[in-house]
Amino acid sequence: MKKTFHRLTLAATFMGLALSGAAAQSNLRVGLAEDPDVLDPTLARTYVGRIVFSSICDKLFDIDEKLAIVPQLALGHETSADGKTVTIKLRPGVKFHDGEAFDAAAAKYSLERHLNMKGSFRRPELASIVSIDVVDPTTVKLNLKEPFSPLLAQLTDRAGMMVSPKAAEAAGDKFGLKPVCAGPYKFVERVQQDRIVVEKFADYWNKDQVFIDKITYLPITDSTVRLANLRSGSLDMIERVLATDIKTVRDNPKLKLVTAVELGYQGLTINLSNGPKADTPLAKDARVRQAFELSIDREALNQVVFNGEFVVGNQWINPTNPYYQQAFPVPKRDVTKAKALLKEAGVTGRMSLDFMVPNNPETRQVAEVLQSMVAETGFDLKIRVTEFATSLKQSESGEYQLYLIGWSGRSDPDGNSYIFHVCGQPQNNSGYCDKEVDAWHNEARIKSDPAERKKIYEKITAKYLPEGSIKYLYHRRVLVALSDRVDGYKQMPDGLIRVVGVKLK
Amino acid sequence: MLTFLSQRLLQIIPTLILVSMLIFGLQQLLPGDPALIMAGEERDPKVLEEIREQYRLNEPIPVQYFYWMKGVLSGNLGESMRLKSSVSSLVAEKLPVTLQLAAMALIVALGIGIPAGIISAVKKDTAWDYGANIFALWGLSTPNFWLGILMIFLFSVTLGWLPASGYVRPGEDWRASLATTVMPAFVLGNAIAAVLMRHTRSAMLQAMGADYVRTARAKGLYERRVVLKHALRNAMTPVITLGALEFGTLLSGAVLTEQIFTIPGFGKLIVDSVFNRDYAVVQGVVLVTATTYIVLNLLADVAYVLVNPRLRG
Repeated sequence: MKKTFHRLTLAATFMGLALSGAAAQSNLRVGLAEDPDVLDPTLARTYVGRIVFSSICDKLFDIDEKLAIVPQLALGHETSADGKTVTIKLRPGVKFHDGEAFDAAAAKYSLERHLNMKGSFRRPELASIVSIDVVDPTTVKLNLKEPFSPLLAQLTDRAGMMVSPKAAEAAGDKFGLKPVCAGPYKFVERVQQDRIVVEKFADYWNKDQVFIDKITYLPITDSTVRLANLRSGSLDMIERVLATDIKTVRDNPKLKLVTAVELGYQGLTINLSNGPKADTPLAKDARVRQAFELSIDREALNQVVFNGEFVVGNQWINPTNPYYQQAFPVPKRDVTKAKALLKEAGVTGRMSLDFMVPNNPETRQVAEVLQSMVAETGFDLKIRVTEFATSLKQSESGEYQLYLIGWSGRSDPDGNSYIFHVCGQPQNNSGYCDKEVDAWHNEARIKSDPAERKKIYEKITAKYLPEGSIKYLYHRRVLVALSDRVDGYKQMPDGLIRVVGVKLK
Repeated sequence: MLTFLSQRLLQIIPTLILVSMLIFGLQQLLPGDPALIMAGEERDPKVLEEIREQYRLNEPIPVQYFYWMKGVLSGNLGESMRLKSSVSSLVAEKLPVTLQLAAMALIVALGIGIPAGIISAVKKDTAWDYGANIFALWGLSTPNFWLGILMIFLFSVTLGWLPASGYVRPGEDWRASLATTVMPAFVLGNAIAAVLMRHTRSAMLQAMGADYVRTARAKGLYERRVVLKHALRNAMTPVITLGALEFGTLLSGAVLTEQIFTIPGFGKLIVDSVFNRDYAVVQGVVLVTATTYIVLNLLADVAYVLVNPRLRG
């Protein structure tokens, strides 16, 4: 009897503790996969930071489910006939969180801050802008060096985020500790690695569509723990669910899974000419690279590692993207043809390759599957699991022959290809260089008609896929799991969590 | 006593200088470029150069060390490259969390380890002893992360009694704070309890066989008094030393446990900073922990001297 009493008291104490931890009303708790970096749109560079920005900082433009550019803080835009000026009409009556008005002068200030601030990661994105004119209080004109069609797409991300000039001036490079923007939620507090709290902004321009009072972002790096929190009701939403956990989420009647194919890609980068390690037949002969690609069964890879949940691909954009080139479908595995190509290239015996793989369970598995697939043709991949920061450095200095690395993706196809394909570009670590491809890429930047651009990309695809240094493998799915309390959530392909229109039951 | 204290304080200075050099030097051995990892996907050479300049990453290592030490001596631990907040404020934010978790873990460890050690020594070769030994073996051999995840599944997902992870400051809501820290404290305390139990057991067995215990029994004292007053008191000295050492280790942060339960303490801060090559933060946190450790050691030495006059020089 006494023991039972003890047990009951213990249980009651635990229950009491648990109840006291229950959330207040209308608080959306979002589990993030990482702790975001600094919350200053000019200085920020992490993907996870963009998730938080989407509730606090509105942008001039946004994207919709079909990747079309739609106005947000802007009402519309007009590009001059020569493509050298872009006039943006701004939404009137918009206020920043500190009560300051958002107008053309503020837009000019924000863009100039992105362009001029020391250490700004936005400068390369807006590099085409020469000057910004305030035409009238609700109109700004961007004067460009030369036509640059991906510019509007840049303005749908951090480069298009508007900050309060007053707050930014006062805070300088500490602005990110207490960001003041014009989004649906305003920043309340942040405890590093613990939480970021934002609350509904009463003067938001679209306030009728904001239904939740408060959002708490909680970085929980371990994916199992993140999911456990969602299952136990401690969270309402989590991002980056593991593909192998999809079944657990689907089988749980209290959870929902929303997905979209990512904007980016996962692929294999081959070192073509960066340092002495590039001295391989794989780097020197495109036929060997084709043989390598023909040894890979992308579908099987997807089945084995991701239960078939991801989308296989062979281009820098996914097959659902309007710019995807249908004429160049994902090649099927063909070992006989691969061997014939190797023979034609004069390769005899087995080829040993140093394969650098960033340390994470999923990529390791992908690497092992690839290793066994290409072994049949005669490629011996020596997997070298490397900590991420180290792998970045080694990819720069050419200390690899193959590198398993992806790209988070941009809404414009230029953002997924230019800096990787064009000679001497910052992300072109493999040393691929083809003047013709460069010229086409530059042409695609100037043209604004999508049909015309697609034709140019077709030429690039035809040349790059057989010869290029990146073998595109698959596109992940953006996997967001929600509690059934969350209503009205729509997943955009950029993976960000947009909170306008979301309700909590 | 004064001479002893001043001698010990003087010894701290070279130790700390050595520690600071070690932290700084070892970190430079890490492969990877802080500017590159900071830039992530936004790798523009001009911006990278600006970052390197801003944080003096281009300067020779001794120069970087000099600037860092200059800051440290004037009370400035530097600025986090990743978060743009000062390292001192990060340390101030995390220290109470780590202290709370360490204290709770120590309470768990002492609360389980010492009674279990006493019982198993007193009831040697009985079911109690075997039980306590099995517990100790289990505690020592169970990995923290595994026990942590199992506890989350049991108490949070299945029973729904406790929040699965996260942290609430005691000042905000002490009951919620207790709820968020009880599982990690148990996970951490459990492993230490096992060590303490083994030590208590052997110290107690030794004491129980000592002459003074036989004398106490011969005086006709109750067994309870013999065990608790005579044997335990003498057996406690090594156990307390061990407890203090374990506490020092807990202060440097419990990396895995903090990761699993998402407790924003030193361990999590250090791991994130190492992976992001946020040098200033790693240096600052390690320096603070090392200093705390050294000071704790000094206090322990002082306590010994106070207790045992023979140690005074």
